[in-house]
Amino acid sequence: MDPQDVDLSVQFGPLTLPNPLTTASGCAGYGRELAKFVPLDELGSVTTKTIMPHPRSGLATPRMAETPSGMLNAIGLQGSGIDAFVRHELPWLAERGARVLVSIAGERLEDFTEVASRLNGQPGVIGLELNISCPNVADRGLVFACNPATSYDVVRAVRKVADADLPLYAKLSPDVTSITEIAAACVQAGADGLSMVNTVLGMAIDLDTLRPALAAGTGGLSGPAVRPIAVRCIHQVHAAMLAGRIPPVPIIGMGGVRSGRDALELALAGASQLAVGTALFNDPTAPLRILDELRTELARRGFAKFTDAVGYAHRPTPAERLP
Amino acid sequence: MANPVQARAEVLSRITEGPYHRLVLLAPEAAPRVRPGHFATLACADSGMLLRRPFSIHRADPEAGTVELVVAEHGEGTRELVRTRVGERLDLIAPLGTPFPLPDGPVSALLVAGGYGSAPMFALGEEIRRRGGQIGFILGAATADRLYGVEQARALTQDVLVVTEDGSAGLQGRVTDPLAQAIKAIDASVVHACGPMPMLRAVTTIALGLGARCHTAVEEAMACGVGICMTCVLPVVDADGVSRFVRSCTDGPVFDGARVRWGDIGTVPADLEGATAMGGKD
Repeated sequence: MDPQDVDLSVQFGPLTLPNPLTTASGCAGYGRELAKFVPLDELGSVTTKTIMPHPRSGLATPRMAETPSGMLNAIGLQGSGIDAFVRHELPWLAERGARVLVSIAGERLEDFTEVASRLNGQPGVIGLELNISCPNVADRGLVFACNPATSYDVVRAVRKVADADLPLYAKLSPDVTSITEIAAACVQAGADGLSMVNTVLGMAIDLDTLRPALAAGTGGLSGPAVRPIAVRCIHQVHAAMLAGRIPPVPIIGMGGVRSGRDALELALAGASQLAVGTALFNDPTAPLRILDELRTELARRGFAKFTDAVGYAHRPTPAERLP
Repeated sequence: MANPVQARAEVLSRITEGPYHRLVLLAPEAAPRVRPGHFATLACADSGMLLRRPFSIHRADPEAGTVELVVAEHGEGTRELVRTRVGERLDLIAPLGTPFPLPDGPVSALLVAGGYGSAPMFALGEEIRRRGGQIGFILGAATADRLYGVEQARALTQDVLVVTEDGSAGLQGRVTDPLAQAIKAIDASVVHACGPMPMLRAVTTIALGLGARCHTAVEEAMACGVGICMTCVLPVVDADGVSRFVRSCTDGPVFDGARVRWGDIGTVPADLEGATAMGGKD
């Protein structure tokens, strides 16, 4: 099969996206810098850095530490707030034909609903990703996604105020005892999809200063180092959907995608869209390369459509061979 | 910010200069875009180190299509980069960042650098002289072998002061020791500085005290170099008088020294925009 003949299109709510690739929130700013390397309309969608109601300075430096096949970050959701985003960033993104998945967060339920309602009817917005799982908040107790009840409450509240046809995705943390329980709570609350996974809480200690390398102490681990964790979480939740324990919804997979092979691995586990995150720091043109590689990897295995590969790893081996 | 290009740049030569390595890279698209103070990043080979390494651009030659970087071995990543052989290709992104502002006409400028922070200063000096200005240098390092480009400076001007902490070359002390006297001696209205943060802070204080402007190129740890990771921020007073965390890679690396809140680096000052949203915790 010619890789160019592989159909990469995917459904996203009412829309058909040209391909399953997006950016992972927090790894592509609001798109302006990435646009110097990648035409934003060539990506299936662009996921923004998390937007909150008000400007936020973020945490002190050092905010980053390199680790084997990955990095720790503790940015603390620095951003200029919803006003500046709606006024300056969204119109710019829409003009470039970007299909924008807006990541939103808050410290309280009301923050989520405030930001979500401000995004109703805005140009370019194709969906909301609820960041209920950022590990870099002052109090770990505030991570909504650590608890099914609080996850449910956030999704429920946003579902009430957001435009009814605007897909809502809940972004989940891998740092929980049972990710399927959290996933189930989000879907029951009205989530149209799940984004999996956020960074994994970690720490590095500087052997020169003999102190934690990050000013915040802990940070979120990302990059290829976390890919097996992402694959596991996506596989678990997709399996629970197949088993009828969670109503089936699409999953955006993220966690260490650096190549077409990595993207395919997450898709086989059950992800119907794929986000590129930390790999952008290494190679800002990575999304275009990954798309090319993904086409080749799919064609090589006889998949005429990307969607045929989604969740393929769940098929019983003896019953069926590769197509 | 610059208009960067990414290229698989061939290593045309690798010249060892004391503890430093000067890499001459073929990057014909990038070279004409480079201005003094811009930087470049190189990706490490496929070794599990994901983060690109930033280097200030030593000089660029649009006609030859070359970009030159000075690299020092700090850790595994840079060790890998300096082992690159002539003829191999490196993943280069250049130019990046905001360069040194250049004068419209003749000025007297003092260029101050610590270690291989001097790398971009010679092209800058040439540019200032081309505009009819005059320049002086203060080049410092811990020891004589850590100095970079003393001969290049001397080829541009007689006004070159060398300072080492151990006295193994030039004056014993720090670049800030002879700074006030040097500013007065060449009647400098502007100081350009590149080096570690404490040095830049001290240079800024002295320059401003004598009524000179001070443009500082900071060396801050960064993950991406292109403005998307938000790790390389500094507290800087914006044009509207409000202090914000801004990125060294896009708003910098060259900042007006008077606007950088040097003493607050590594903290979240209470009056920073959005600091209250952090719940008083830093």
